[in-house]
Amino acid sequence: MSEPVSALRGESYDGHIRVEEAGLRGMITVRGDLSSEAVARAVGEVSGVEVPGPNAANASDARGLCWMSPDELLLLVPHAEAGETLRRLSDALAGEHALVVDVSDARATFRLTGAPVREVLAKLTPADVSPGVFELGAFRRTRLAQVPAAIWMRDAQTAEVVCFRSVARYMFDLLATAARPGGEVGYF
Amino acid sequence: MSTRLATGGRLLNRRKQVGFTFNGRRLTGFEGDTLASALLAQGQALMGRSFKYHRPRGVVASGSEEPNALMNLGRGGRFEPNQRATTTELFDGLEASSQNHWPSLDFDVGEINASLSRFLPAGFYYKTFIHPRPFWKHVYEPFIRRSAGLGKAPKDRDVDRYEHFNIRTDVVVIGGGIAGLQAALTVARSGAEVLLIEQAAHWGGRAPVDGAVIDGRPADEWIAGAVAELEGMENVRLRLRTMGSGVYDHGYMLAYERVADHTLGDDRPRHRLWRIRARQIVTATGAIERPLAFAGNDVPGVMLASAVRDYVANWAVSPGDRTVIVTNNDDAYRTALALKAAGLEVPAILDARPSVSGGLVEEARKIGIRVEQGRGVAKVLGRKRVEGVAVCSQSGEGAVLEEIPCEAVAMSGGWSPVVHLWSHCGGRLRWDDSLCHFRPDADKAPTGADGQPVAVVVGAANGELHTGEILRDAAEGGATAARRLGREVEPQAASAEAEHANPMAPVWVMPQGAGHDLRAKMWLDFQNDVKVTDVQLAAREGFESVEHAKRYTTLGMATDQGKLSNINGLAVLAHTLNEDIPQVGTTTFRPPYTPISMGSIAGEARGELFQPVRRTPMHDWHEGNGATWEPVGHWRRPYAYPRPGESVHDAVQREVKTTRDSVGLLDASTLGKIVVKGPDAGRFLDMLYTNMMSTLKVGRCRYGLMCSENGFLMDDGVVARLSEDTWLCHTTTGGADRIHAHMEEWLQTEWWGWKVYTANLTEQYAQIGVVGPKARAVLEKLGGMDISADNFKFMDWADGELAGIPARVFRISFSGELSFEVAVPASRGREFWDLCLDAGREFGIAPYGTEALHIMRAEKGFIMIGDETDGTVIPQDLGLDWAISKKKDDYIGKRAQQREHMARPDRWKLVGLETLDGSTLPDGAYAVAEGTNANGQRITQGRVTSTYHSPTLGRGIAMGLVLHGPDRMGEVLDFPKVDGTVVQARIVDPVFFDKDGEKQNV
Repeated sequence: MSEPVSALRGESYDGHIRVEEAGLRGMITVRGDLSSEAVARAVGEVSGVEVPGPNAANASDARGLCWMSPDELLLLVPHAEAGETLRRLSDALAGEHALVVDVSDARATFRLTGAPVREVLAKLTPADVSPGVFELGAFRRTRLAQVPAAIWMRDAQTAEVVCFRSVARYMFDLLATAARPGGEVGYF
Repeated sequence: MSTRLATGGRLLNRRKQVGFTFNGRRLTGFEGDTLASALLAQGQALMGRSFKYHRPRGVVASGSEEPNALMNLGRGGRFEPNQRATTTELFDGLEASSQNHWPSLDFDVGEINASLSRFLPAGFYYKTFIHPRPFWKHVYEPFIRRSAGLGKAPKDRDVDRYEHFNIRTDVVVIGGGIAGLQAALTVARSGAEVLLIEQAAHWGGRAPVDGAVIDGRPADEWIAGAVAELEGMENVRLRLRTMGSGVYDHGYMLAYERVADHTLGDDRPRHRLWRIRARQIVTATGAIERPLAFAGNDVPGVMLASAVRDYVANWAVSPGDRTVIVTNNDDAYRTALALKAAGLEVPAILDARPSVSGGLVEEARKIGIRVEQGRGVAKVLGRKRVEGVAVCSQSGEGAVLEEIPCEAVAMSGGWSPVVHLWSHCGGRLRWDDSLCHFRPDADKAPTGADGQPVAVVVGAANGELHTGEILRDAAEGGATAARRLGREVEPQAASAEAEHANPMAPVWVMPQGAGHDLRAKMWLDFQNDVKVTDVQLAAREGFESVEHAKRYTTLGMATDQGKLSNINGLAVLAHTLNEDIPQVGTTTFRPPYTPISMGSIAGEARGELFQPVRRTPMHDWHEGNGATWEPVGHWRRPYAYPRPGESVHDAVQREVKTTRDSVGLLDASTLGKIVVKGPDAGRFLDMLYTNMMSTLKVGRCRYGLMCSENGFLMDDGVVARLSEDTWLCHTTTGGADRIHAHMEEWLQTEWWGWKVYTANLTEQYAQIGVVGPKARAVLEKLGGMDISADNFKFMDWADGELAGIPARVFRISFSGELSFEVAVPASRGREFWDLCLDAGREFGIAPYGTEALHIMRAEKGFIMIGDETDGTVIPQDLGLDWAISKKKDDYIGKRAQQREHMARPDRWKLVGLETLDGSTLPDGAYAVAEGTNANGQRITQGRVTSTYHSPTLGRGIAMGLVLHGPDRMGEVLDFPKVDGTVVQARIVDPVFFDKDGEKQNV
């Protein structure tokens, strides 16, 4: 055993949607003045995408940027590249007032797949996940039941949930409970 | 006897028979029945006993307002008390039993209370049982608890599941009667999103039973058409069995969906609580008929007139061959017509009004029903069931003019709009003199965040009682809701013919001049046994406010919250006070509309999901190795690792000895780790900590204290300087989130110009303490970093790799031993833990838990936040003056610590305590002084804050806060124990072990 392991090692559950731990992601927290051109340029160069607007993510596959707050972004890369990316971004931001830290291992990520994915989220979060509001590319920080989480609409039937690693088990059980057959609401 | 009619029943599916049990008796009904209709169809009119007098009670209503027919439902993990038979859909295998009786429903010993009723008036608890004092607890209360009460509390764990559902939508329409349907249609035509909910299992409310004709068609047809139209609209969602439970601030509301109450065990969630944020709420909640107050109005067989025709029309239930109608309005004539149409007898309609004609009255007369004007019921004949009525003149005192034999009485005192949801969050009411009810004041609606109205009320809920007006009002209300969303729509309503109605007459007591004996048999609140005389007594005794009268009499306090009784009760109160009803006002309407299940409130938060448990990367190892747990915040930390056959105490002692003698391993991952970076970070930390952090050298660590602005010590930990502008702050386990929030608050609200960023990295790392004389040897076996005594000194930190895993090593000690804390990425934490165990095997390495950690820190006199501090302790109390910088102008808490009270010389201060007999002091024990205080309590001079048996020293050691403690070294204090004995302990230095710190400096 000498590979990094995610909190639940890819555990999954098939209910009326599929819930699976999505494995380790490289995640880098960037705090800085997002309206500063220098910061935007540095982040853009290293991530390869434009800085997203509020409550949104710019990403393809495992790479991209997620908007966390007016002075915080989350940069996504494959897990193995996190260290190198951290160094490049730190260099690119040298001289700027910014904070760049690796949070890859502080998180757990879950992928939810299936048509009723919005319903499963709506059982757990007060955020508005209606079609038309929470659309492709929408990325929101909210809570699921009793823990903080970010939710991300990847496509019409796929959402991702990011939470703290220590509550990965709670989150998985929560999502699996919400996805249990029989609980279909038929609302959205 | 009530029975099933041969034909009819618009909600019944007679092809599907359903079996159920009542009090153990096997009975049958049909699909579509409610429990109440099925029981009535089986001749079971007696359904329960009343709360106080144990009077026999039958069903009064047909809906959620029912006060009497409360049942225990189900058994074991599905047992539920106080369920209304009228809203319980019948299903195969349903088990119901009646409540509040002993030994049986038919024969109840408690009924003796009824014969004592003149001695048990309102407020009797307060008056009678106040003296002698001890009797309340030992005699009266146990007796009353046995005799009064409704259902039993469930004893078993609920086997069903429940869930929440959060949505936002434009408009929620509450109520699926014709008003709700019309309003929903109107709003939906504007293009707005609509959710229409109905508490019952079918659409349409009572219009079909009342024979409404809409757009020239029977109501049923119009309803089916409206529902079909709504179902066909993309922007509309419809939900049956879903009750609007409460309206809260700014358009937030709760709806309670009874998903599987009628299909128990099909693995669907039993109830679903909808948490809805709506831009507009339309309440189309209808109206509830009021009872009349005449003597014996609670005898089984006396029902609301509307309920009687519901049972006939919806469920083909005859309430009895002969039903006498007693009323003060025209609506009850519909019941007479419905009964006649079903082939049943109506011996008389007793109309309290002196003269009526036209409309429904004329129809009744035309088919030969005897209509008696100016008449009322003097009293109901019969005890367990109606045998007849004694007729009197409404204007008189109750002289009996004639007795009419009958099996049922249908009463109507007029209609009260269901204003609950309108009123929950501030909607106002006005009194309507002609209809004798409170109706919503449309100009005073509950408001949203922008101060604009957030609700519209329509139909009967708005005080409109005729079909045509209901539909017109609903369409207009729908258009109003749409307009508030910026959408225009024509308020086009379905039409109905105008209805002729005689004005109703206010009748609050029947007959109006009834004497005390009759009034003492007139029930206002059936469930709580409150009579007209009780309310009058309350008024006489000075409980003039309606809220006071309610609490004194218990009027309206039962599970039905006075749905039937409130208006009648406050009318009687107003009359007794010689005031107008609007002057007396109503009690407060509070959610939920009807009781909702505790399960639905909890949602998924039960069992494993009751609370999140935070787990470190090594959690599974701890679990697999027998850890006993200590909850710290939401974390579970191993308390100790007892081996097979070993007690927890022995395990703790062993873990301490292993660590002191050789090497121990600690999972310290839960400690908070917050990075603080920026040009102003040093200045910021100097304000946050009592000591100086800006002078810390890169590569070094410093222990720091953090105080609240009131000066109290709130957290501590080791700070490491990572680079010129970056620090890493360790916090306590429970403090990580709180301290991070504390930092952000100061940065965002006070020092927003300072260039500082923070990030909470607590979970990024698994942090493992390798502690003990052999600690260095273990890490050197892993290899990769120079951690030699010469090159890696106490309070140094360094980045590197250990066994090929990226690691940051801190040489810090909370045990007094040679100690390294190693932070590795969480994804490799378990791997590193296992490597340490392997490398340490030759030294007998053992993991240790929080209790061993505590003992070792106490042996060294280190304080623990939460033990030595409790929110009232300042660092100076703990002898931590060395950690308070004298050089700084300011830090958070500095000014507070200069207050007179904080600077007093007589604050209790930290010392060590050593028992003379070597025993362990009880935690929290007080040291007593001579004398007593003004309250006669023993004067104290100190208390124990931490106490352990030290395996290292072989005796009990403790820390405590003692008056002038540090100046009293060697003195002996008395600590009384709860068993009456006293332990004596000597005041000593709090550092019990290795005072010179030789063990950690190797």
